[in-house]
Formats: sequence, structure tokens, C-alpha cells
Amino acid sequence: MTLPLHLQAITELAAQLAAKKISAVELTSAVIARTRATEPRVHAFNSSDEATALAQAAASDVRRAAGQSCGPLDGIPIGLKDVIAVKDQPLTASSKMLAKFVSPYDATVTTKLKNAGAVLHGRLNCDEFAMGSSTENSAFGPTSNPWDLARVPGGSSGGSAAALAAGSAIATLGSDTGGSIRQPASFCGVVGLKPTYGLVSRFGLIAYASSLDQIGPFARTVEDAAIVLGAIAGHDERDSTSFKTAIPDYRAELAARRGPWRIGIPKEYFGAGLDPEIGAAVEQAIAFYKKLGCEIREVSLPHTQYCLDTYYIIATAEASSNLARYDGVRYGHRSAQAKDIVDLYFQSRAEGFGAEVKRRIILGTYVLSSGYYDAFYLRAQKVRTLIRQDFLNAYQEVDALLTPTSPIPAFKLGEKSDPLAMYLCDIYTIGVNLAGLPAISVPCGFTKTNLPIGLQLIGQPYQEANLLALAQAYERGHEWNAKHPNL
Amino acid sequence: MSSAPQLNIDHVAKLARLALTPEEKAQFAAQLGSVLHHIEQLAKVDVAGVEPSAHAFAVHNVWQDDVARPGLTVADALRNAPAQRENMIAVPKVVE
Repeated sequence: MTLPLHLQAITELAAQLAAKKISAVELTSAVIARTRATEPRVHAFNSSDEATALAQAAASDVRRAAGQSCGPLDGIPIGLKDVIAVKDQPLTASSKMLAKFVSPYDATVTTKLKNAGAVLHGRLNCDEFAMGSSTENSAFGPTSNPWDLARVPGGSSGGSAAALAAGSAIATLGSDTGGSIRQPASFCGVVGLKPTYGLVSRFGLIAYASSLDQIGPFARTVEDAAIVLGAIAGHDERDSTSFKTAIPDYRAELAARRGPWRIGIPKEYFGAGLDPEIGAAVEQAIAFYKKLGCEIREVSLPHTQYCLDTYYIIATAEASSNLARYDGVRYGHRSAQAKDIVDLYFQSRAEGFGAEVKRRIILGTYVLSSGYYDAFYLRAQKVRTLIRQDFLNAYQEVDALLTPTSPIPAFKLGEKSDPLAMYLCDIYTIGVNLAGLPAISVPCGFTKTNLPIGLQLIGQPYQEANLLALAQAYERGHEWNAKHPNL
Repeated sequence: MSSAPQLNIDHVAKLARLALTPEEKAQFAAQLGSVLHHIEQLAKVDVAGVEPSAHAFAVHNVWQDDVARPGLTVADALRNAPAQRENMIAVPKVVE
């Protein structure tokens, strides 16, 4: 039985487009129809511009007919998290603050996807300003998990994960500051890749915590993720933290890199709080790699227990600074109640930001404030050095690390009302951001209640090609991604 | 690190230019109290002689040639302004 177009991989669709068995307009129309059918239940989109998407698809068909196709992404509908700028489209960060904002320019990743011929389909829901682990913090309402509509899709890039799982996009982009690509990928049963810090330009990404933020792909297969990564990676002079490195052909490298790899199992990632079904699925993945001939070695990342605290100091400090720009003056929400210019700042921010954003601004302002800077912020930056050193020490003896992506499967909407309980969802993903490393979540099974489970593989800096090959070796031995939610 | 950090929510909200309702103040103070209690454990880490990391990869000044290039047009720059007048952003009176 052939899958409907909206559930196929980029590689399969690109082959059919190249053979002119389908057109980009046909494909985009199928994805739009699927989006219309599922959105009332899933709510993965903040907005979509069907006419523009269909026009881009038509242009792709014209290029192909003229023999000028741009490659495997030409004509493929890709959805972008609503923190990535697309010229002349809304850019809300799922916040009331930017509810009416229309982007005057393209993010670098957007330009690159357009140059690759992709059809940009929709602005995808997320936690407000990418702050959250469930997509419940959106000012426009939560997104549901396509595998169980009563559950969250994860976050903050929950719309990106849910849209892909639902078949409302063929691939999507998200951003990952503490796990915001990998955790929703694991909750929704798709592949999610957070690249090395600096590999993908952040120009045109709404800033949350600038030293941690990275844009990355969600895809149905590791090969699809490699294709999208290849399209968006590379140095950009408009992001001074972007790294000058040659970008390999990640897709071609998949075939070239065959292992066997030395895989480290950080013992701190298998402690209390890990759901037993997830633990068992990850143990089976370890056994699989062993059978492939990989060397499995237990390693220690001794500062793991400090990752969460370090993250919530550094991320909120950076956020409090980054979000100072939303003052009601140049763009964004302006209060109609303000008495004077200073009151305008206070009131516009009070009205424009949601509760979690306010909490993080308060916490970040506090840890940077006079008298607390050394005790909190500076100390956290030093612990960050130790956390990073833990990873680099482990890489003296192994090529990659293997962990669960999340300690728990998708939880119910409204289940985690306490902020600290929500923050604890990120314990396996945040160390990677603090250390700037690349990491990928790949589907590795389902719970008894049919919720997806994710396996996290963590690579060495700028070694995405190795990481993707390692992930694909697992994917090839399993068929988890052949299963789709019953929507 | 001080033991039992006190978060003066009024002071911090003022620094953050954020007006909070009494309900928000009470709720955030309680919630952030438990977060700060958790964060307290960082005091246990021996950081003597450890350099702070602002980034995972050392980033130094990145220079570009000072060349004028086309930027946003006035219309694009003002497109999202909450209020504008004569190609400028309008704000409440600043000087009495």
C-alpha cells in the first residue's frame, strides 16, 4: 500500500517530483488539504498562507519543466516555527506582544530554504518566545499531540513536531535552546536534530537565549534531516557567532560513514525519574548497537545534576536582556493605558507577555541584579565550563553518547502546572545546549499506551555527518517511523 | 552564594520594567522561590580557578568592512510601529 503524499519522506517525494509522477502543486495541495482536515483537532499552526504556498509550488513546477530544479527540496512543503522570520508573513513567537507583527525580512534559513526551492507552508505554534516544554504557553492556545489529542506535543517547538506527525508538512524547522527540538520530536515520534552551536545562522530567529539557541530540522527520516540540514547550515556574516566551516554533503556522507562507533552511556542519564518503559526501549537500542559491532562503554558526566540550574540561570538572564527590546515603542504591543513614556514600557510589557515569559524575565533580571550577579550568573557560567568539560572528557574515549531524549513520554495537557515540574522535563537535553553540541532524537519505540519514545544521540562539535550516520544505522534496523498516528 | 535567597519581587519587577498585578506578584514569588531553592545547590560546586563560559565556543570580536549596503526602507522599518507620524515613530511626550 502506498502512503498518501502527505505522509511520505522528502526522499520519496523528491524522486516522484523528479520523475514527474507528481507535481509540486499536487503535493502542496495534498498537504494543505491534510492541514485543513487535522488543524481543528491538532492546532499546530498559528497561521498559514495557502495562496503563497501554492504560488511557490507552481514556480517550482515551472523550474522543473525548464530543467532548472534546485535539488531535493524543490517543491517540498516545509513548515517553520513561528519564531523564524519570513518576509511579509506574520511572526508572532506565539505571543500577544507580536500578534500583529509582520516580518519585514527573511531569516537566513528562510532565504536558504527559498533558494533550495522549498514551499514554505505555515507559521507553526510554539511556547511563547520558545519558553516552555509543552506548547501550552502559546498565547494562541495549545497544540495537541497527534498520537493522543489529550496530550501535549512537547515544546517549545511543539507545532513543528505535531504538524509533521499529523502530515501537515513534509519537514519543519524548530529552534532548540534547552531541548525544544529533541523533546517534541520524541513526544511526536519524528526525527529532530539540534545542530552544533554556530552551524546554522540565527539571523532572523527571535532571540530567547542567544548563547544556546540553534535552529534545526524535524523530519520523518534521518536522511530527510540530513537534506534539510545541508540546506540551512553554513557561515553567515549576519550572525557573528556563526562558524566558518566547510559544510559537507550530509546526505552523501550517510553512505560513506559506516562505523563501528564507540558509544558512551552516561550513567547519570539513567537514574531516578526515568520512565521504565523508556528505559527499556533505550536499553534495547543499546543492545542493537552492540549487535552492530559498536563498542559500548559506560561514561560519567559528573556535573549533570547541575545542568538544570545552570540552564535556568543562563537562559533566563539572556532572555531578560533579549526581551528588553519589547517596550511598546518601535514594534509590538503598545498599551493604550500608559500615563507617560516610562509607564508605556511597564504597561505594554504587562499586557503583551504571558505568565511564563514574565516569570523568566523576573528570574533573569534577578540573577543579573546587583548583589546577585556573582552568586548566580557568574557562578553558572563557571559551572557551564565544567559541564562542557565533562562532555569533552567523555569524547576522549567515545565517539558519541546515547541517552533517552526525555525521562517521560508525552504528558496530558494541563498536567504540569508547577513551573519547576515542567523544567524537570528537560534534564536530558539541556546539557547539550550548555556544551554547544549537536544531538538528534530518533524514534525508538512506543509505550504500551501507544505514545512515541525518543532516543537521543549526542555527537562531537561540528560532527553532524557522523551523528547522522550513527542515527541512521539505528533507523535502518527498525521501522518505528512506518507507524503514523490515527488522526 | 547567600543561603535562602530573598527575591524582592517589587524591586526586580521595576528593574525589568514589568507591571505585575498583586496576584502575579504572590504567585511568581512563590513559584520562583522553589526554583531558587533548587538553584541553591550550585553553591556546592567547586568553581575555584574555573573560567566562566559565555559561549560553548569562544567567540571573539568579529569585524566586518564598514561598507554601506541597502537596508530596510522607511516604509518597511515603520511597518510595525504602533504609532507613526511624518516617517517617525510617535511616542508619548518624553520632556515636560
